Amino acid sequence: MIATEPVINKSKIIVKNLNFFYGQHQALFNNNIEIKENMVTAVIGPSGCGKSTHLRAYNRIFELYREQRAEGEVILDNENILSGSVDILELRRKIGMIFQKPTPFPMSVFDNVAYGLKLHYRLSRSEMAEKVEMGLHRVALWDEVKDKLKAPGMALSGGQQQRLCLARAIAIEPEVLLMDEPTSAIDPVGTLKIENLIEELKENFTIVIVTHNMQQAARVSDYTAFFYEGHIIEYDKTENMFTKPKAKQTEDYITGRFG
Amino acid sequence: MNKICGSPKIKRWKKQGLSDRIFKLSALLSALLVIFLMAGFFLQLLWCSIPALKTFGLRFIYSTEWDPVNNVYGAASAIYGTIITTAIAMLIAVPLSFVIALFLVELANPFISRIMGQAIDLLAAIPSIIFGMWGLFVLVPIMQNYVQPFLADTLHLGILPFFDGPQMGFGFLTAGIVLALMILPFISAVMRDVFRMVPQVVKESAYGTGATTWEVTFDVTMKYGMQGLLGAVFLGLGRAIGETMAVLFIIGNTPKISASLFESGTTISATLANNFAEAGGLFKSVLFELGLILLIISFLVQVAAQYWLNRVRKKAGGGL
Repeated sequence: MIATEPVINKSKIIVKNLNFFYGQHQALFNNNIEIKENMVTAVIGPSGCGKSTHLRAYNRIFELYREQRAEGEVILDNENILSGSVDILELRRKIGMIFQKPTPFPMSVFDNVAYGLKLHYRLSRSEMAEKVEMGLHRVALWDEVKDKLKAPGMALSGGQQQRLCLARAIAIEPEVLLMDEPTSAIDPVGTLKIENLIEELKENFTIVIVTHNMQQAARVSDYTAFFYEGHIIEYDKTENMFTKPKAKQTEDYITGRFG
Repeated sequence: MNKICGSPKIKRWKKQGLSDRIFKLSALLSALLVIFLMAGFFLQLLWCSIPALKTFGLRFIYSTEWDPVNNVYGAASAIYGTIITTAIAMLIAVPLSFVIALFLVELANPFISRIMGQAIDLLAAIPSIIFGMWGLFVLVPIMQNYVQPFLADTLHLGILPFFDGPQMGFGFLTAGIVLALMILPFISAVMRDVFRMVPQVVKESAYGTGATTWEVTFDVTMKYGMQGLLGAVFLGLGRAIGETMAVLFIIGNTPKISASLFESGTTISATLANNFAEAGGLFKSVLFELGLILLIISFLVQVAAQYWLNRVRKKAGGGL
């Protein structure tokens, strides 16, 4: 890994020697990276290079699958979240996740946002309504859905569904938002809205976004990490990365020579 | 390649349209067969029950009289028995199937899940007569010697009318249990498939919000698959209502209504199976009317199922 800039911003997540295995197959090799607080970090690289796998270690969602395991350290605010003693429910409250496809739950728009709140907080009816409305405002969805809060979440358009999921994720006041190709199933207009949101949300959250779309990485992120075959090849400020990449592989990928 | 295509000697054999039309017609006829069969069954049953309908009218449904010697019949006891045994079966089988399916999909390791899944499929393949024999020779003595004394005396549930009765092993409760075991594999197999079809990413999303396995299952997986789960329940219900052989051995075949689940009773299908061989005249017509009632009950269950499914679909706005 080639790092140039000295560390200026505070690091929110520090990954040390992260190795990841699918059964016998090793997917990540000695990943080291420091995710900056209140910054957007883009993770790019060709398909199957371990971008999503890397992201999925942060909230330990990989543990749902018996054969997957991670070694090394992922340190969130001085605590290694890969160690057994971490309260996994609290960890997932602190680190929210958005997926490739919108994942509204089979319930109403209101209940979708209220769901996460109910899991973690005891709120009165009015507090709940207030929090839900706030969540929907923050993803710029309120005006579009305020008259159909009781309609099923799945009845919204794809872009709206993704913003609904975003509202659900941020309603529980996380500190980090993981986004795994959040716009790959969304039309261009919806994509633009979500990209604008990312810009606004980074004031309050640390965001890590996996993307296939190089323009998107350039548009929304402050830092970019380039992954190749499970290794982090290069990690730098986005402007440096896209103007004067250090590694040959990064340059080849960014200029579209492979990927 | 080009040479062959360009050759003028090759003749096309296919006439556009004709084969399509023949296929369409045969498909239509096959589909119509279903309608004819359904209507045929209904009309046949209706036609044959006319003498009984004329003699007893509406009274047939609520009368408990059953006197072949004097040719006086009422269907109430058989309808009651059918409903009670089915209700017991559903009460036992549905929650049990739900837990089994959940275990297979969410909790068990893949090896155990595969073996148990195959065992369930095998269980579904056991003919109902075997369940009947098992019920008669194994379950009835167990009920008589252990379960019924335990329920009535040890737990003192005997003060309730449901558990106050002859401890003979036969009756509604035993029949309901056998029925439950019979429909269990069907319900759990369908529920298992429903749980499997819930997209992994939706479950991950729920886990990612900080939900426990329990919360994910009840709030997300179950709601997502609600249509399929209800479908599974109604599949089991349909089988339980019409099941004959397993119940016939155990129910006691006494045409009467009693609150006690230990009492003997009868069901519609058991009454039919017991009496058809020697029935004649008005008695035969009575049996046809019983058949008609069974058909109508099954039909109503289907209609209710469809209505429910539509409501659930509208509420959730998607899913299976």
